[in-house]
Amino acid sequence: MKKTKFLIATAILGIATFVAIAADHIDAPAVAGGTSDITDIFAFQGANTSNIALVANVQGLIAPGTATQNAAFDENVLIEFNIDTNADASADLVIQAIPRDGKMYFFGPTASTSNGLNSSIDTNASIQGSVDITPYGQSAVVASSGGLQYFAGPRDDPFFFDFTAYGEIIAGNATSFNNPGTDTFAGTNVMSVVVEVPKAMIGGSGDVNVWVTTKRK
Amino acid sequence: MKFNNIKLFTLALLVGLSAYNCNNDDDAINNDAQLDFSGTYSQEDQMGRPAINTVFVDSGMKDAFNTTLPSNQGAAFQSSFEAKLLALNPGYTTNALGLDATTFTTVLATDVLTVTLDGTTTFFDGTNVLTGRALADDVISTELLLIFGGPSGADNPGLTDDNVDSNDKQFLSSFPYLASPF
Repeated sequence: MKKTKFLIATAILGIATFVAIAADHIDAPAVAGGTSDITDIFAFQGANTSNIALVANVQGLIAPGTATQNAAFDENVLIEFNIDTNADASADLVIQAIPRDGKMYFFGPTASTSNGLNSSIDTNASIQGSVDITPYGQSAVVASSGGLQYFAGPRDDPFFFDFTAYGEIIAGNATSFNNPGTDTFAGTNVMSVVVEVPKAMIGGSGDVNVWVTTKRK
Repeated sequence: MKFNNIKLFTLALLVGLSAYNCNNDDDAINNDAQLDFSGTYSQEDQMGRPAINTVFVDSGMKDAFNTTLPSNQGAAFQSSFEAKLLALNPGYTTNALGLDATTFTTVLATDVLTVTLDGTTTFFDGTNVLTGRALADDVISTELLLIFGGPSGADNPGLTDDNVDSNDKQFLSSFPYLASPF
C-alpha cells in the first residue's frame, strides 16, 4: 500500500514536471492546475476588420468527456484583458469578465482604475454586457450588444506544440525535434472567454499592447 | 387592512421590477440585486506573449513574474532572461530580427502582446512580425527560430521548428473563432 502510494505520488510529480512548459499552461506553482491558470491569450483582427477579437483561455489540458462536462469558470476569479494605448506597458483600458450563475458578465473597455495587482469590478463602466456560458456539447452561445460580441465556455485548446520533444531536448535526451512532430495538446480542451471589440473603443489606430490577468477574490 | 394593501402593492411592484430586470439583465446588470460584484481581486496569473514565463523565467521566480506589473518586468527580469537565452543557445549572436541578446531579452521581459489596429494581426506570417497573435499562428516555431536560428534563421536547423504547424481542429471563420471542444 505504502509502495503504491509512493509510486502514484512519483507518477504525479513526474507528470507535473513534465507538463511544466507550454504556452502558459501550468506555468507557475501558485496557479498550476487551478481555476486562475491562464493557458493562452490571442488578439487578432475580427471577421469584421473594424474589430479586434480578444481571447483568454484558462484551465488547460481538460480531458474530453466528464472532465470537460464538470469544468467551470470560478466565480472568485476575475479575468481581465488589459490594454495599453500609449506604449508604456501600463493598462489604460480594461475589459473585465466575471462569471455569475451560468453567465459571464463583462465590464468595459473602460478606463483602468486600479492599474495594479488588485482590482475591483467596475460596475459603473458605461459599456457592459453578458452572455450565457455555453454548456459542453451544445452549439456556441454568443451575445452582442453595443458593437461588442461575447462568448464564454469550453473550447478545443487552440495551442499546438510538440512539447514532449522540447522536454527531451531541454533534458539533454534529444538533440533535435522529430519530423513530423506530435501535438502534445491535441484532443484537450480549455475554458475560453472571447470578446470582439470595435477598434474605435481601444485606440482606433496604431499599436496597442495587450495582456491578460487573472485575479482572485 | 390599508397597511396590508400597501404591503401587497409594494410586493407586486417588487415582483414586477424583478421580472423586468430578469428580462433585461444584459443591459441592466447594476440593477440586478441578486448579483454581487463587490470585493477586491488580487492578481495570480498574467500572460502577454506565448511561453515567456515557462521558457525564460527561473523555476523559483515564476510566481513572482506573474505578479509583477509589465511596466516593472523589464527591470526585474531582463538580466535573468539574457542568462537563460545564452544557456539555451550558447552560440547566440543575433537573431532574424537583428536583435542582440540584450535587446532581444529586453523586448521579451516586458510580457505584453503588441497588436496593430491598422491591418494584419499575426505573430509572424513571413512578412509581418509581432503585430498580434492569430489562432493559427505557429508561435512556438517563430520563437524557436528567434532563439536558435541565428541572424539568418539557418543555425541549429533541428531546433528551429517543432514540426507541428497547425492545430488539431479547424478554427471557425466567424465569432467565436475557436473550435468546439473535444
